Amino acid sequence: MRRLSWFNTTALTLGFAFLYLPMVILIIYSFNESKLVTVWAGFSTKWYGELIQNEAFLNAAWVTLRVAVISSTIATVLGTMAALVLVRAGRFSGRTLFSGMIYAPLVMPEVITGLSLLLLFIGIGLDRGVFTIILAHTTFSMCYVSVVVSSRLVSFDKSLEEAALDLGCSPISAFRLVTLPIIAPAVISGWLLAFTLSLDDLVIASFTSGPSSTTLPIKIWSAVRLGVSPEINALSTLMIAIVAVGVITASLITKRASLKQQADERAAVHA
Amino acid sequence: MRRLALIIIPYAWLLALFLVPFIIVLKISLSDTALSIPPYTPTLDFSAGWVGIKDFFGNLDFENFEFLTTDDLYWKAYLSSLKIAFVATVLTLLVGYPIAYGMANAPDHWRPTLMMLIILPFWTSFLIRVYSWMGILSNEGYLNQLLLSLGVISEPLTILNTNTAVYIGIVYTYLPFMILPIYSALERLDASLLEAAEDLGCSRFTAFWLVTIPLSKSGIIAGCFLVFIPTLGEFVIPSLLGGSKTLMIGKVLWEEFFNNRDWPVASAVAVILLLILIVPIILFQRNEQKQREAEG
Repeated sequence: MRRLSWFNTTALTLGFAFLYLPMVILIIYSFNESKLVTVWAGFSTKWYGELIQNEAFLNAAWVTLRVAVISSTIATVLGTMAALVLVRAGRFSGRTLFSGMIYAPLVMPEVITGLSLLLLFIGIGLDRGVFTIILAHTTFSMCYVSVVVSSRLVSFDKSLEEAALDLGCSPISAFRLVTLPIIAPAVISGWLLAFTLSLDDLVIASFTSGPSSTTLPIKIWSAVRLGVSPEINALSTLMIAIVAVGVITASLITKRASLKQQADERAAVHA
Repeated sequence: MRRLALIIIPYAWLLALFLVPFIIVLKISLSDTALSIPPYTPTLDFSAGWVGIKDFFGNLDFENFEFLTTDDLYWKAYLSSLKIAFVATVLTLLVGYPIAYGMANAPDHWRPTLMMLIILPFWTSFLIRVYSWMGILSNEGYLNQLLLSLGVISEPLTILNTNTAVYIGIVYTYLPFMILPIYSALERLDASLLEAAEDLGCSRFTAFWLVTIPLSKSGIIAGCFLVFIPTLGEFVIPSLLGGSKTLMIGKVLWEEFFNNRDWPVASAVAVILLLILIVPIILFQRNEQKQREAEG
């Protein structure tokens, strides 16, 4: 297979250049002195300075962060429960509808999810604001969490939990002491997924937010519709940097954890 | 008892915030436009008792759906969304397959890194990734600057605000969805099958065509649906990179709702979009099912 390696090398080089070059250009030009974003006029960090003083952006960032933390936390609890229902609860009436409601939001166009939730909020007279965005984000991200967690639960050895029950654990403490530690990595990645989905969402937030609850994507959206701006480049660079650091740290931690687990297992075998 | 609570909480949440809103959309799509708040009639009025409910059902009709068929804009938008989604899916496959192939044949110790490099863009803001192309594709953009300085072109190309820019945007943002399923299919492929084909006299290309492609078929199908389904209702990419001539149904729905404030028509647009999506979703699930059975 290595015979085709010139082809593979070209495909990979071009492919990754295509994926990363736009972001690299964006990052480079965020340090551009000129207001004209496409003309290089020397290195400067002044757009970052302006960004920090821009209160509208800071407020929007604060709203976004609050929404993301709260909605992803509720979504993780609900999504994990839903996963337990899907994998463990066996048959019950309405099961098909339940699994349908878990999978449908994953393929539902965002414009429809946003529209339908807005019509609900108006129908029951709920004022739109941070609270309604949290409700909306929790609803679609709990489905992602439950898919991630249930795929882990499927491969989970049920006899471990049964053993704990036989040894006198209550179902709740068996869940807390046995099941939860085993599915924890999936629960954590579910939370991270819900968190980024919420941070990232423009369409659903536009439908469900009120005038006082502008999120960062909505703010970015109204700015970029007018064209490329150096301030948005600076903001994007910061967001890319945070994500990159987060993802790389997370992958290093999981790598170390799996190495440690392997070492423990080896030690257990030899002992 | 505990099992019941476990079922009821997520169930009730989804009923209230997924199913009920959807029924409201369906209902409003069958209602008439009105110049009040909320801008549609009839509203369900329980206080009027049986008469209220009867009025409510009596006043529902398919007028909005008829309206969608009479105005060109809507069916043109549906057709053009289908066309854009289809072409973009084929383009993403053509770009994605060689990358997935390269990854599957890369040395083992590279693969985790390559995998992370494919997944990393998932975690970055979709909006920013689309936005990054605006500076590249505009008339004074980096691409035109490069081509002009190389002397390839003498006049700047108009790419931003055309369908070409929309295709580039879709391929760029949905590429990981195509690469990952193909990669996982190719990774499982048994190299000795290819050797066997070549021993039996196939050229390397024929072996690729007769062995590799059919064995990665399930990955190709999964990747295509994962790109096609979300692209059909896409809003951000046609709005930022497309022009006034780019018609996509997600954009029409948004404008109908926010600019024209015509809720019944926006709801009818949403209902039809969902009906169109049902076919590819069912085909996708069937493919997944078949794959699971083949593995299991």
